[in-house]
Amino acid sequence: MYAQMVKSENTDSGPELDAFQARIDAGEKIEPKDWMPAGYRKTLIRQISQHAHSEIVGQLPEGNWITRAPTLERKAILLAKVQDEAGHGLYLYCAAETLGVSRDELTEMLLDGRMKYSSIFNYPTLTWADIGAIGWLVDGAAIMNQVPLQRTSYGPYARAMVRICKEESFHQRQGYDIMMKMAQGSEAQKRMAQDALNRYWYPSLMMFGPSDKESVHSAQSMKWRIKINSNDELRQKFVDQTVPQAEYLGLTVPDDNLRLNPETGHYEFSEPDWTEFFEVLNGNGPCNKERLEARNKAWDDGQWVRDGMMAHARKKAARAAASKVAAE
Amino acid sequence: MSDQNTNPRTEWPLWEIFIRGQHGMSHRHVGSLHAPDAEMAIKNARDVYTRRNEGVSIWVVEAEKITASSPSDKGPMYEPSQSKVYRHPTFFDIPDDVGAM
Ligand SMILES: [Fe+2]
Ligand SMILES: [Fe+2]
Ligand SMILES: [Fe+2]
Repeated sequence: MYAQMVKSENTDSGPELDAFQARIDAGEKIEPKDWMPAGYRKTLIRQISQHAHSEIVGQLPEGNWITRAPTLERKAILLAKVQDEAGHGLYLYCAAETLGVSRDELTEMLLDGRMKYSSIFNYPTLTWADIGAIGWLVDGAAIMNQVPLQRTSYGPYARAMVRICKEESFHQRQGYDIMMKMAQGSEAQKRMAQDALNRYWYPSLMMFGPSDKESVHSAQSMKWRIKINSNDELRQKFVDQTVPQAEYLGLTVPDDNLRLNPETGHYEFSEPDWTEFFEVLNGNGPCNKERLEARNKAWDDGQWVRDGMMAHARKKAARAAASKVAAE
Repeated sequence: MSDQNTNPRTEWPLWEIFIRGQHGMSHRHVGSLHAPDAEMAIKNARDVYTRRNEGVSIWVVEAEKITASSPSDKGPMYEPSQSKVYRHPTFFDIPDDVGAM
Protein backbone atom coordinates (compact mmCIF):
# COMPACT_ATOMS: atom_id res chain seq x y z
CA MET A 1 0.00 0.00 0.00
CA TYR A 2 1.15 3.55 0.61
CA ALA A 3 3.04 1.93 3.46
CA GLN A 4 4.41 -1.27 1.95
CA MET A 5 6.42 -3.94 3.74
CA VAL A 6 6.57 -2.02 6.99
CA LYS A 7 8.80 -3.99 9.33
CA SER A 8 7.30 -4.22 12.77
CA GLU A 9 9.52 -4.12 15.83
CA ASN A 10 9.40 -6.90 18.30
CA THR A 11 8.44 -5.62 21.60
CA ASP A 12 9.18 -5.71 25.29
CA SER A 13 6.96 -7.71 27.62
CA GLY A 14 5.54 -7.22 31.09
CA PRO A 15 2.39 -6.16 32.89
CA GLU A 16 2.37 -2.75 31.17
CA LEU A 17 2.32 -4.52 27.85
CA ASP A 18 -0.61 -6.71 28.83
CA ALA A 19 -2.56 -3.67 29.94
CA PHE A 20 -1.70 -1.95 26.67
CA GLN A 21 -2.83 -4.92 24.60
CA ALA A 22 -6.04 -5.12 26.63
CA ARG A 23 -6.80 -1.49 25.77
CA ILE A 24 -6.30 -2.19 22.08
CA ASP A 25 -8.43 -5.34 22.24
CA ALA A 26 -11.18 -3.32 23.91
CA GLY A 27 -11.11 -0.93 20.94
CA GLU A 28 -9.69 1.98 22.93
CA LYS A 29 -7.60 4.58 21.15
CA ILE A 30 -3.99 5.09 22.17
CA GLU A 31 -3.15 8.79 22.46
CA PRO A 32 0.26 10.50 22.18
CA LYS A 33 1.00 10.82 25.89
CA ASP A 34 -0.19 7.30 26.80
CA TRP A 35 2.32 4.59 27.62
CA MET A 36 3.11 2.48 24.57
CA PRO A 37 5.69 -0.23 23.82
CA ALA A 38 8.80 1.05 22.06
CA GLY A 39 8.09 -1.33 19.19
CA TYR A 40 4.60 0.07 18.66
CA ARG A 41 5.98 3.60 18.55
CA LYS A 42 8.80 2.71 16.17
CA THR A 43 6.63 0.71 13.81
CA LEU A 44 4.02 3.46 13.70
CA ILE A 45 6.60 6.15 12.97
CA ARG A 46 7.83 4.05 10.07
CA GLN A 47 4.36 3.27 8.75
CA ILE A 48 2.82 6.74 9.09
CA SER A 49 5.89 8.46 7.63
CA GLN A 50 6.03 6.09 4.70
CA HIS A 51 2.39 6.87 4.07
CA ALA A 52 3.08 10.63 4.37
CA HIS A 53 6.07 10.44 2.02
CA SER A 54 3.89 8.59 -0.50
CA GLU A 55 1.31 11.37 -0.48
CA ILE A 56 4.05 13.96 -1.06
CA VAL A 57 5.98 12.08 -3.75
CA GLY A 58 2.63 11.05 -5.23
CA GLN A 59 2.10 14.64 -6.30
CA LEU A 60 4.91 14.37 -8.84
CA PRO A 61 3.47 11.98 -11.46
CA GLU A 62 0.18 13.90 -11.54
CA GLY A 63 1.84 17.29 -11.26
CA ASN A 64 3.50 16.39 -14.55
CA TRP A 65 0.17 16.98 -16.32
CA ILE A 66 -1.14 20.09 -14.58
CA THR A 67 0.26 22.43 -17.21
CA ARG A 68 -0.91 20.18 -20.04
CA ALA A 69 -4.42 19.25 -18.91
CA PRO A 70 -6.76 19.25 -21.94
CA THR A 71 -9.16 21.92 -20.61
CA LEU A 72 -9.11 24.68 -18.03
CA GLU A 73 -11.69 22.76 -15.97
CA ARG A 74 -9.60 19.58 -16.01
CA LYS A 75 -6.60 21.65 -14.99
CA ALA A 76 -8.42 23.21 -12.03
CA ILE A 77 -9.70 19.79 -10.93
CA LEU A 78 -6.26 18.18 -11.16
CA LEU A 79 -4.71 21.07 -9.29
CA ALA A 80 -7.26 20.62 -6.47
CA LYS A 81 -6.62 16.89 -6.41
CA VAL A 82 -2.86 17.30 -6.17
CA GLN A 83 -3.30 19.97 -3.50
CA ASP A 84 -5.37 17.47 -1.50
CA GLU A 85 -2.46 15.00 -1.68
CA ALA A 86 -0.16 17.65 -0.20
CA GLY A 87 -2.75 18.06 2.56
CA HIS A 88 -2.80 14.29 3.15
CA GLY A 89 0.96 14.33 3.53
CA LEU A 90 0.69 17.12 6.10
CA TYR A 91 -2.07 15.42 8.14
CA LEU A 92 0.08 12.31 8.31
CA TYR A 93 3.35 14.08 9.13
CA CYS A 94 1.66 15.79 12.05
CA ALA A 95 0.32 12.42 13.26
CA ALA A 96 3.87 10.99 13.06
CA GLU A 97 5.25 13.98 14.95
CA THR A 98 3.03 13.20 17.95
CA LEU A 99 5.20 10.09 18.37
CA GLY A 100 8.28 12.18 19.08
CA VAL A 101 9.99 12.54 15.71
CA SER A 102 10.57 15.93 14.08
CA ARG A 103 9.34 16.97 10.65
CA ASP A 104 12.84 17.79 9.47
CA GLU A 105 14.13 14.38 10.51
CA LEU A 106 11.35 12.74 8.52
CA THR A 107 12.06 14.90 5.49
CA GLU A 108 15.76 14.15 5.65
CA MET A 109 15.11 10.43 5.87
CA LEU A 110 13.00 10.60 2.73
CA LEU A 111 15.53 12.73 0.89
CA ASP A 112 18.53 10.52 1.62
CA GLY A 113 16.61 7.32 0.91
CA ARG A 114 16.50 5.94 4.46
CA MET A 115 12.70 5.99 4.36
CA LYS A 116 10.57 4.66 1.54
CA TYR A 117 7.43 5.71 -0.26
CA SER A 118 4.98 3.62 -2.27
CA SER A 119 6.39 1.80 -5.30
CA ILE A 120 3.53 3.07 -7.48
CA PHE A 121 4.86 6.61 -7.72
CA ASN A 122 7.99 5.46 -9.52
CA TYR A 123 6.09 4.87 -12.74
CA PRO A 124 5.91 7.59 -15.39
CA THR A 125 2.76 9.39 -16.56
CA LEU A 126 3.15 9.23 -20.32
CA THR A 127 -0.28 10.38 -21.50
CA TRP A 128 -3.32 12.22 -20.16
CA ALA A 129 -5.09 8.86 -19.79
CA ASP A 130 -2.53 7.98 -17.12
CA ILE A 131 -4.04 10.72 -14.95
CA GLY A 132 -7.39 9.00 -15.33
CA ALA A 133 -5.86 5.60 -14.55
CA ILE A 134 -4.11 6.94 -11.44
CA GLY A 135 -7.25 8.47 -9.96
CA TRP A 136 -9.30 5.39 -10.77
CA LEU A 137 -6.81 2.64 -9.88
CA VAL A 138 -4.18 4.16 -7.59
CA ASP A 139 -6.53 6.24 -5.47
CA GLY A 140 -8.98 3.34 -5.66
CA ALA A 141 -6.39 0.98 -4.21
CA ALA A 142 -5.43 3.56 -1.60
CA ILE A 143 -9.06 3.87 -0.50
CA MET A 144 -9.27 0.08 0.01
CA ASN A 145 -6.44 0.37 2.48
CA GLN A 146 -7.34 3.66 4.11
CA VAL A 147 -10.99 3.04 4.92
CA PRO A 148 -10.26 0.30 7.49
CA LEU A 149 -7.35 2.34 8.88
CA GLN A 150 -9.88 4.89 10.13
CA ARG A 151 -10.34 2.33 12.93
CA THR A 152 -6.65 1.94 13.69
CA SER A 153 -5.59 1.96 17.35
CA TYR A 154 -3.47 5.11 17.31
CA GLY A 155 -5.75 8.14 17.76
CA PRO A 156 -3.92 10.78 15.68
CA TYR A 157 -3.40 8.29 12.83
CA ALA A 158 -7.06 7.25 12.86
CA ARG A 159 -8.20 10.88 12.81
CA ALA A 160 -5.87 11.73 9.93
CA MET A 161 -7.36 8.78 8.04
CA VAL A 162 -10.89 10.04 8.59
CA ARG A 163 -9.99 13.38 7.00
CA ILE A 164 -8.17 11.67 4.15
CA CYS A 165 -10.98 9.25 3.37
CA LYS A 166 -13.47 12.11 3.14
CA GLU A 167 -11.38 13.58 0.32
CA GLU A 168 -10.39 10.43 -1.54
CA SER A 169 -13.64 9.61 -3.27
CA PHE A 170 -13.39 12.87 -5.22
CA HIS A 171 -9.98 11.65 -6.39
CA GLN A 172 -11.21 8.32 -7.61
CA ARG A 173 -14.27 9.77 -9.30
CA GLN A 174 -12.33 12.45 -11.16
CA GLY A 175 -10.04 9.69 -12.45
CA TYR A 176 -12.89 7.48 -13.59
CA ASP A 177 -14.53 10.49 -15.20
CA ILE A 178 -11.40 11.02 -17.30
CA MET A 179 -11.40 7.33 -18.22
CA MET A 180 -15.07 7.44 -19.29
CA LYS A 181 -14.40 10.42 -21.50
CA MET A 182 -11.40 8.75 -23.11
CA ALA A 183 -13.07 5.35 -23.49
CA GLN A 184 -16.05 6.96 -25.24
CA GLY A 185 -13.82 9.14 -27.38
CA SER A 186 -12.00 8.67 -30.67
CA GLU A 187 -10.12 5.47 -31.54
CA ALA A 188 -6.88 7.13 -30.52
CA GLN A 189 -8.34 8.13 -27.15
CA LYS A 190 -9.63 4.60 -26.56
CA ARG A 191 -6.20 3.19 -27.34
CA MET A 192 -4.68 5.65 -24.91
CA ALA A 193 -7.11 4.60 -22.16
CA GLN A 194 -6.40 0.91 -22.79
CA ASP A 195 -2.67 1.57 -22.78
CA ALA A 196 -2.91 3.39 -19.44
CA LEU A 197 -4.84 0.46 -17.93
CA ASN A 198 -2.25 -1.96 -19.34
CA ARG A 199 0.62 -0.10 -17.73
CA TYR A 200 -1.06 0.70 -14.38
CA TRP A 201 -2.89 -2.57 -13.66
CA TYR A 202 -0.05 -4.64 -12.21
CA PRO A 203 1.70 -1.76 -10.44
CA SER A 204 -1.68 -1.05 -8.77
CA LEU A 205 -1.94 -4.68 -7.61
CA MET A 206 1.59 -4.34 -6.21
CA MET A 207 0.47 -1.44 -4.03
CA PHE A 208 -0.98 -3.91 -1.54
CA GLY A 209 2.41 -5.56 -1.06
CA PRO A 210 3.33 -9.23 -1.42
CA SER A 211 1.25 -11.93 0.19
CA ASP A 212 1.65 -11.64 3.93
CA LYS A 213 0.28 -15.04 4.91
CA GLU A 214 3.47 -16.02 6.70
CA SER A 215 4.70 -12.59 7.66
CA VAL A 216 5.51 -12.14 11.34
CA HIS A 217 5.45 -8.37 10.90
CA SER A 218 1.88 -8.45 9.71
CA ALA A 219 0.82 -10.61 12.64
CA GLN A 220 2.30 -8.16 15.16
CA SER A 221 0.87 -5.14 13.34
CA MET A 222 -2.56 -6.73 13.24
CA LYS A 223 -2.40 -7.48 16.95
CA TRP A 224 -1.66 -3.79 17.49
CA ARG A 225 -4.43 -2.80 15.07
CA ILE A 226 -2.16 -0.71 12.93
CA LYS A 227 -2.87 -3.11 10.11
CA ILE A 228 -6.46 -4.25 9.80
CA ASN A 229 -6.64 -6.53 6.74
CA SER A 230 -4.15 -8.81 5.04
CA ASN A 231 -2.56 -7.69 1.78
CA ASP A 232 -4.24 -10.52 -0.14
CA GLU A 233 -7.64 -9.72 1.29
CA LEU A 234 -7.43 -6.09 0.15
CA ARG A 235 -6.02 -6.99 -3.25
CA GLN A 236 -8.89 -9.40 -3.85
CA LYS A 237 -11.39 -6.76 -2.83
CA PHE A 238 -9.77 -4.29 -5.21
CA VAL A 239 -9.88 -6.70 -8.15
CA ASP A 240 -13.50 -7.62 -7.45
CA GLN A 241 -14.48 -3.98 -7.42
CA THR A 242 -12.37 -2.83 -10.35
CA VAL A 243 -12.96 -5.47 -13.02
CA PRO A 244 -16.63 -4.57 -13.57
CA GLN A 245 -15.60 -0.90 -13.74
CA ALA A 246 -13.14 -1.75 -16.52
CA GLU A 247 -15.87 -3.69 -18.32
CA TYR A 248 -18.19 -0.70 -18.08
CA LEU A 249 -15.51 1.36 -19.81
CA GLY A 250 -15.18 -1.30 -22.51
CA LEU A 251 -11.54 -1.82 -21.60
CA THR A 252 -9.73 -5.11 -21.13
CA VAL A 253 -7.84 -5.93 -17.95
CA PRO A 254 -4.43 -7.14 -19.17
CA ASP A 255 -4.66 -10.59 -17.61
CA ASP A 256 -5.44 -13.75 -19.62
CA ASN A 257 -6.06 -15.70 -16.42
CA LEU A 258 -8.72 -13.33 -15.14
CA ARG A 259 -12.01 -15.12 -14.55
CA LEU A 260 -14.92 -14.92 -12.18
CA ASN A 261 -15.15 -17.99 -10.00
CA PRO A 262 -18.91 -18.63 -9.85
CA GLU A 263 -18.57 -20.61 -6.63
CA THR A 264 -16.69 -18.03 -4.59
CA GLY A 265 -18.06 -15.00 -6.38
CA HIS A 266 -14.50 -13.66 -6.54
CA TYR A 267 -12.23 -13.07 -9.49
CA GLU A 268 -9.16 -15.23 -9.99
CA PHE A 269 -6.26 -13.24 -11.33
CA SER A 270 -2.52 -13.31 -12.05
CA GLU A 271 -0.06 -12.13 -9.46
CA PRO A 272 2.06 -9.16 -10.43
CA ASP A 273 5.76 -9.65 -11.05
CA TRP A 274 7.17 -9.49 -7.53
CA THR A 275 10.74 -9.23 -8.79
CA GLU A 276 9.77 -5.97 -10.44
CA PHE A 277 8.15 -4.83 -7.19
CA PHE A 278 11.30 -5.41 -5.14
CA GLU A 279 13.43 -3.74 -7.82
CA VAL A 280 11.21 -0.65 -7.72
CA LEU A 281 11.13 -0.63 -3.93
CA ASN A 282 14.91 -0.86 -3.84
CA GLY A 283 15.32 2.20 -6.00
CA ASN A 284 15.54 0.69 -9.48
CA GLY A 285 12.13 1.59 -10.91
CA PRO A 286 11.68 3.74 -14.01
CA CYS A 287 11.43 7.04 -12.10
CA ASN A 288 12.96 6.51 -8.63
CA LYS A 289 15.93 8.69 -9.36
CA GLU A 290 13.87 11.46 -10.91
CA ARG A 291 11.39 11.50 -7.99
CA LEU A 292 14.04 11.77 -5.30
CA GLU A 293 15.92 14.38 -7.28
CA ALA A 294 12.75 16.46 -7.59
CA ARG A 295 12.10 16.25 -3.83
CA ASN A 296 15.71 17.12 -3.01
CA LYS A 297 15.66 20.05 -5.40
CA ALA A 298 12.41 21.37 -3.91
CA TRP A 299 13.88 21.09 -0.40
CA ASP A 300 17.15 22.80 -1.34
CA ASP A 301 15.53 25.51 -3.44
CA GLY A 302 13.06 26.25 -0.64
CA GLN A 303 15.72 26.66 2.04
CA TRP A 304 16.11 30.42 1.57
CA VAL A 305 12.34 30.86 1.76
CA ARG A 306 12.07 28.91 5.01
CA ASP A 307 15.03 30.80 6.48
CA GLY A 308 13.79 34.15 5.25
CA MET A 309 10.34 33.70 6.70
CA MET A 310 11.76 32.61 10.04
CA ALA A 311 14.06 35.66 10.09
CA HIS A 312 11.13 37.91 9.24
CA ALA A 313 9.01 36.37 12.02
CA ARG A 314 11.78 36.92 14.57
CA LYS A 315 12.33 40.49 13.47
CA LYS A 316 8.62 41.23 13.68
CA ALA A 317 8.41 39.70 17.16
CA ALA A 318 11.44 41.70 18.30
CA ARG A 319 9.96 44.91 16.90
CA ALA A 320 6.63 44.28 18.61
CA ALA A 321 8.43 43.64 21.91
CA ALA A 322 10.50 46.84 21.54
CA SER A 323 7.50 49.03 20.79
CA LYS A 324 5.70 47.54 23.79
CA VAL A 325 8.63 48.51 26.03
CA ALA A 326 8.71 52.00 24.53
CA ALA A 327 5.00 52.44 25.20
CA GLU A 328 5.28 51.49 28.86
CA MET B 1 20.23 35.17 16.37
CA SER B 2 22.26 35.19 13.16
CA ASP B 3 23.42 31.75 14.23
CA GLN B 4 19.85 30.50 14.30
CA ASN B 5 19.01 32.19 11.03
CA THR B 6 21.74 30.49 9.09
CA ASN B 7 21.32 27.09 10.70
CA PRO B 8 19.57 24.98 8.05
CA ARG B 9 18.21 22.70 10.78
CA THR B 10 16.02 25.43 12.25
CA GLU B 11 12.53 24.08 11.90
CA TRP B 12 9.48 26.32 11.86
CA PRO B 13 7.62 25.95 15.16
CA LEU B 14 4.67 23.59 15.46
CA TRP B 15 1.18 25.09 15.86
CA GLU B 16 -1.96 23.32 17.02
CA ILE B 17 -5.00 24.24 14.94
CA PHE B 18 -8.55 24.66 16.21
CA ILE B 19 -11.48 25.28 13.88
CA ARG B 20 -15.07 26.32 14.40
CA GLY B 21 -17.38 24.46 12.04
CA GLN B 22 -20.41 26.11 10.48
CA HIS B 23 -23.04 25.29 13.04
CA GLY B 24 -22.52 27.39 16.16
CA MET B 25 -20.08 24.85 17.54
CA SER B 26 -17.02 25.35 19.73
CA HIS B 27 -13.60 25.40 18.16
CA ARG B 28 -12.30 21.88 17.82
CA HIS B 29 -8.75 20.59 17.51
CA VAL B 30 -8.14 19.38 13.95
CA GLY B 31 -4.39 18.80 13.82
CA SER B 32 -1.16 20.73 13.66
CA LEU B 33 1.20 22.33 11.18
CA HIS B 34 4.47 24.23 10.98
CA ALA B 35 4.66 27.97 10.38
CA PRO B 36 7.14 30.75 11.15
CA ASP B 37 4.58 32.82 13.07
CA ALA B 38 0.92 33.00 14.08
CA GLU B 39 -0.17 34.94 11.02
CA MET B 40 1.34 32.38 8.65
CA ALA B 41 -0.03 29.56 10.79
CA ILE B 42 -3.53 30.89 10.14
CA LYS B 43 -2.88 31.17 6.41
CA ASN B 44 -1.46 27.66 6.28
CA ALA B 45 -4.34 26.33 8.37
CA ARG B 46 -6.74 27.79 5.84
CA ASP B 47 -5.04 25.80 3.06
CA VAL B 48 -4.48 22.60 5.01
CA TYR B 49 -7.66 22.28 7.06
CA THR B 50 -10.44 24.25 5.31
CA ARG B 51 -10.23 23.37 1.63
CA ARG B 52 -13.90 22.42 1.67
CA ASN B 53 -15.52 25.08 3.84
CA GLU B 54 -14.86 23.14 7.03
CA GLY B 55 -14.73 26.25 9.14
CA VAL B 56 -15.74 29.82 9.82
CA SER B 57 -13.03 30.63 12.37
CA ILE B 58 -9.50 29.42 13.07
CA TRP B 59 -7.44 29.49 16.27
CA VAL B 60 -3.73 28.72 16.24
CA VAL B 61 -1.71 28.02 19.38
CA GLU B 62 1.98 27.32 19.51
CA ALA B 63 2.22 23.65 20.51
CA GLU B 64 4.83 24.23 23.19
CA LYS B 65 2.54 26.73 24.96
CA ILE B 66 -0.06 24.05 25.65
CA THR B 67 -0.05 22.38 29.05
CA ALA B 68 -1.75 19.00 29.06
CA SER B 69 -2.85 16.75 31.90
CA SER B 70 -0.92 13.54 32.08
CA PRO B 71 -2.69 10.26 31.31
CA SER B 72 -1.23 8.62 34.44
CA ASP B 73 -3.13 11.18 36.56
CA LYS B 74 -6.37 9.90 35.09
CA GLY B 75 -7.39 8.09 38.29
CA PRO B 76 -6.73 10.74 40.97
CA MET B 77 -7.67 13.57 38.60
CA TYR B 78 -11.21 12.45 37.86
CA GLU B 79 -11.96 10.29 40.90
CA PRO B 80 -13.64 13.08 42.92
CA SER B 81 -16.47 13.32 40.41
CA GLN B 82 -17.01 9.58 40.30
CA SER B 83 -18.22 9.45 43.90
CA LYS B 84 -20.77 12.21 43.39
CA VAL B 85 -23.50 10.40 41.51
CA TYR B 86 -26.08 12.84 42.90
CA ARG B 87 -24.80 15.36 40.38
CA HIS B 88 -26.75 13.44 37.75
CA PRO B 89 -30.52 13.96 37.51
CA THR B 90 -31.15 10.20 37.34
CA PHE B 91 -30.05 9.93 40.98
CA PHE B 92 -33.45 11.20 42.09
CA ASP B 93 -36.68 9.22 41.87
CA ILE B 94 -39.52 11.55 41.00
CA PRO B 95 -43.05 10.06 40.80
CA ASP B 96 -44.57 9.91 37.33
CA ASP B 97 -47.55 11.90 38.62
CA VAL B 98 -45.37 14.96 38.97
CA GLY B 99 -45.07 15.20 35.21
CA ALA B 100 -42.12 16.36 33.12
CA MET B 101 -39.16 17.52 35.19
FE1 LIG C 1 -4.06 10.91 -0.68
FE1 LIG D 1 -3.15 9.31 -3.11
FE1 LIG E 1 -5.89 10.66 -3.39
